[in-house]
Amino acid sequence: MENLLVQGLSGLATASSLFLVASGLTVIFGVTRIVNFAHGSLYMLGAYLSWTLVTQLPRGHLGFWGGVALAALIVGVVGVLIEVLLLRRIYKAPELFQLLATFGVVLIVQDVALLIWGPQDLLGPRAPGLRGATMVLGVRFPLYELFLIAVGPVVLALLWLLFNRTRWGTLVRAATADREMVGALGVNQRALFTTVFFLGSVLAGLGGALQIPRESVNLQMDLVVIVEAFVVVVVGGLGSLPGAFLAALLIGELQAFGILIFPRITLVLAFLVMAVVLVIRPHGLLGRAPSTAHAAAAPEPPYLPASPWRRWAGLGLLLLAVIVPPFLGDYALIVFTEIAIMMLFAASLHFIMGPGGMASFGHAAYFGFGAYGAALLVRHFAAPMELGLLAAPFMAGLGGLVFGFFCVRLSGVYAAMLTLAFAQIAWSTAFQWVEMTGGDNGILGVWPSAWAQSKLVFYYLSLALCVGAVMLLRRAIFAPFGYALRAGRDSPLRAEAIGMDGFRIRWFAFILAAVAAGIAGGLFAYSKGSVFPTYMSISRSVDGLLMVLLGGVKTVSGPIAGALAYTWLHEQLMRAFDLWRLFLGIIILALVLFFPQGLAGALGRREGRS
Amino acid sequence: MSFVLPRRTALLSAAATLAAPAAIAQEGPIRIGEINSYSAQPAFLAPYRNAWALIQHEVNAAGGINGRRIETVFRDDAGKPEDAVRHAGELLNNERVHILAGGFLSNVGLALSDFANQNRRLFVASEPLTDALVWSRGNRYTYRLRCSTYMQAAMLVEEAAKLPPMRWATVAPNYEYGQSAVRWFKELLLRAKPGTTFVAEQFPAQGRIDAGATVQALASANPQAIFNVTFATDLTNFVRQGTTRGLFEGRTVVSMLTGEPEYLGPLGDEAPEGWIVTGYPVADIQNPGHVRFRDAYRARFNELPKLGSIVGADTVTAIAAMLRKTGSTETEHMVDGMSGLTYSGAFGEAESEFRALDHQATMGAYVGKTGLRDGRGVMLNWRYCDGKNYLPTDDVVRSMRPQG
Amino acid sequence: MTLEVRDLHKSFGGVQAVSGVSLSVAAGELLALIGPNGAGKSTCFNMLNGQLRPDRGSVKLRGQEITGLAPRRIWRMGVGRTFQITATFGSMTVLENVQMALLSHARRLYDIWNPVSKQDPARAMALLDRVGMAGQAARPCGVLAYGDLKRVELAVALANDPSLLLMDEPTAGMAPAERVALMELAARIAREGGIAVLFTEHDMDVVFAHADRILVLDRGKPIAEGLPAEVRRDARVREVYLGTGATHGYS
Repeated sequence: MENLLVQGLSGLATASSLFLVASGLTVIFGVTRIVNFAHGSLYMLGAYLSWTLVTQLPRGHLGFWGGVALAALIVGVVGVLIEVLLLRRIYKAPELFQLLATFGVVLIVQDVALLIWGPQDLLGPRAPGLRGATMVLGVRFPLYELFLIAVGPVVLALLWLLFNRTRWGTLVRAATADREMVGALGVNQRALFTTVFFLGSVLAGLGGALQIPRESVNLQMDLVVIVEAFVVVVVGGLGSLPGAFLAALLIGELQAFGILIFPRITLVLAFLVMAVVLVIRPHGLLGRAPSTAHAAAAPEPPYLPASPWRRWAGLGLLLLAVIVPPFLGDYALIVFTEIAIMMLFAASLHFIMGPGGMASFGHAAYFGFGAYGAALLVRHFAAPMELGLLAAPFMAGLGGLVFGFFCVRLSGVYAAMLTLAFAQIAWSTAFQWVEMTGGDNGILGVWPSAWAQSKLVFYYLSLALCVGAVMLLRRAIFAPFGYALRAGRDSPLRAEAIGMDGFRIRWFAFILAAVAAGIAGGLFAYSKGSVFPTYMSISRSVDGLLMVLLGGVKTVSGPIAGALAYTWLHEQLMRAFDLWRLFLGIIILALVLFFPQGLAGALGRREGRS
Repeated sequence: MSFVLPRRTALLSAAATLAAPAAIAQEGPIRIGEINSYSAQPAFLAPYRNAWALIQHEVNAAGGINGRRIETVFRDDAGKPEDAVRHAGELLNNERVHILAGGFLSNVGLALSDFANQNRRLFVASEPLTDALVWSRGNRYTYRLRCSTYMQAAMLVEEAAKLPPMRWATVAPNYEYGQSAVRWFKELLLRAKPGTTFVAEQFPAQGRIDAGATVQALASANPQAIFNVTFATDLTNFVRQGTTRGLFEGRTVVSMLTGEPEYLGPLGDEAPEGWIVTGYPVADIQNPGHVRFRDAYRARFNELPKLGSIVGADTVTAIAAMLRKTGSTETEHMVDGMSGLTYSGAFGEAESEFRALDHQATMGAYVGKTGLRDGRGVMLNWRYCDGKNYLPTDDVVRSMRPQG
Repeated sequence: MTLEVRDLHKSFGGVQAVSGVSLSVAAGELLALIGPNGAGKSTCFNMLNGQLRPDRGSVKLRGQEITGLAPRRIWRMGVGRTFQITATFGSMTVLENVQMALLSHARRLYDIWNPVSKQDPARAMALLDRVGMAGQAARPCGVLAYGDLKRVELAVALANDPSLLLMDEPTAGMAPAERVALMELAARIAREGGIAVLFTEHDMDVVFAHADRILVLDRGKPIAEGLPAEVRRDARVREVYLGTGATHGYS
């Protein structure tokens, strides 16, 4: 019994740490609606900076706590710089576009931290006065953990006072509830956003800084924490501080007790919780449906059929893709094959993001289902490639059918996070069901049939299937179904009022997109010769998202341009530089600032002008 | 800091990099394509790459291989097997490398191994620990340098079996490496000491350990001894929580890899004492071979080598030895040359051999107890365990490895 | 009777928004639902088109029970509607908006092959012609003037040959001249096509000029019903509504 209580206490300490990071994220999201991927980077910076300060400053209370506070403030300033120099310029860009910019920041911070602090983990000193342990119910319990348990509620209380007892806080709450209204009230929105970013960043930095007495500082902290923080924020309800606190408690405690019963559940527990909560409560524990009364967003631009200029350009590109490869080496064929596959992957994601207006953070699941659909047949039934390539879209479609049923009921970031939860559940199944999937060691020997062994033949096969599928998706976009999908996005009220079943239409679109992603995944498996859980990892989902956003979510050719640019850039930079993440990040930021409508969007604008 | 920065700044033009270059003359340099998770695992791989450069430089300074220089083209797979496979294609087709090498993560190693098998190219896996690489999924074209999960578990079981505890708990990262380490440890310990019981197991997510809860869960089971497989960040956090909560007091702890400077170093003066670990007592190995390597490494990079350095150095040394032996860069010759190849590694201990039986090198590891000296963790009472003594019998190996 | 409503009730958290509303509209007849803000007009309206489920009471369309059906079902049974704040598909042209309604009516929404641009525009153009929007058929809805959007909505609402048209504040947000024109148009179409029309409206000029009959609600309850002239004379109406009408735009 004592042991169980202490286990619960350990869960509280974890919950407190989670809440600290999540609180900053939820405050920023609530006001600015920015999905800030860089929040984890700010957390990591907080940890590194406080390590540096605490080890440099004289030992003792002042040195330690001063160092922690200073680190949090510096991170706050970094956050302000990000807001002023970068995000402020792209608030008018399409929804989620800012995500692309913050991802660029993530990449840059990763390499900068490596350059400054080196590759080795750093262990900071323990907190003065809180080094040891005390007896709790006859069990030894670290003092610092007790301190952390107290920090969470204290920060929550301070934030509550800030938001409920100051004019600034009232404005922030108003902005969270209804952004347009605050703009209409003549409040200086810029100053509000900047100060909110400062507060959120300070909280991220503080969260990181307070970890140094219990965890080593390392270069993976950013990505580890950003995913967990998002889960907490979404489970709690976007923009809701008490919700985030409750969600952190729930996840911290389930984690602490879950491992007693299912030690291997560690990979997926948080995502299971998120999936269950979102299915039952589509706006999180304490979230509210966003007010639609003032949603006077600018209307989406129409999809125009390709202009003659574009049609010729596309045809020329396709012609090049057919004629040139026989004269290139095998490696060029490998890259071309990968680009073709990524185009289909991006186009399939765009299908639900663009016309459907549903972002997905977990689209890699269907890519992975396709790859595994093929590979499992090879592994367990020694099936030939032709069968495998048929199984891929089927398996992915099945996945889309099941997951989509739940996801398309939700909207906005909630829907996106539910797709992420399902993708992570699929990922951990592939990762942990070793007998079936080979676990993280994957499935090997997924090679093409004899006739398609040559890189050139396989390239043509991939090109044919990918271009064919992309054209079909494109055709669907301009057919009644694509229009119906857009209708549901533009005005759900009107769509329903003219007899459209929005749920079924979105569900069907989700399945179509999954099928297309499955084709891409199947081809990918045979091009690589092996299948691993990384095919459905978060980073692949994010890659897809980046391609769509980079190309421009509001144009039909956007994902093509985005996949081409991103895959090519990534491949080139990765080969050319050790610090490829830094360069990729800088290029992404440059593209974001110069082409806020995406690459294809920018082309379209230029065309429109001439 | 001694992190090797890029030397190659390739042109960012499709034509320059995608078009295949003219075939390199037979008498040009011997090219190795090295693929590793540099951006994902910099702590291990920065010293690895440093030592690689060092040994390659030495080989070339001594006249190369029959007058031919060795060159290495490095690629970062970012921890993704699919990227590793793409790089492998590029290295073979564009860079015209003769040999593929590298790998840190097991799945990257397996992907490259299968790629090498499919394309009939030699792949010298340096670090991937998974047993599958040479056993269940072994193939003709793949050789592995580092002593595997099985071998290191066997070394620790040898020590654990001598000790009184009968009630064990295990903690390991939740992926193949952690799971197979635990599986082998259990199996071998039960064989060596029937009646041993395992009262708890924890599998924290790799890199995301919830250390407080994990420690508490282990403590609740009240084991007499703990077998730990966590490393890097997870290890540090586990040790901190475990020490503060008294988990290790009065308990035996046996731990994989913890004696490696990469993982012992960051713990500083909080390194646990009295753990039985595998590792690398870098400052204390005074045999001439190791001293020479250590001095050369320190002279060039101004720090002590780490275990990654040993792995990087030995991979180049082994490849050079093979090239000297075969005198050819033709794949089938090189593959045959690797079989039974012996070389002297940077540990300066007995020669290692790439076994013809399963392509596993017999490179060993040091087993000892952790202790503190001048506020830093060190290994005490260590001894070198030659890998060849910690492998299953040949018949067992044959039954696990696809034959023919 | 095209529409017959009996004894409709709805409460929100203990507040009785609508209680005991009954009404009926015949083919070709225009019934106006009026009342001060908070009288329960919108609630009543939303129960008829399926957005809200009544607590009690029944709604019959040409004798068929439609109470509690989803809006899209009700539409399929021949009920067109326009919204107080126009709801159109901003990323589509005027023509395409109408075409979508026609395609939905023809149950061809799941067609992923035939381009919408290749559909025969004749019927959609005819509908646009009826509302005077044929000339702007190719313009995106996102850029239209508000009055034109209302006309597009009317065309969309007529696409399934409705027997009943529900119009929620059809002239809200329009200039006075436009209001008259739009209501005249709607009234003519309804009378010519034998369509029953139920509309709510704030503009009393519009109401008294075009409604055949008027139903007045106050605090969820019907207080008067009859011809415009009768309602205008009704003392209770004057008391609760017209007397304080200054706040509601009655001039």
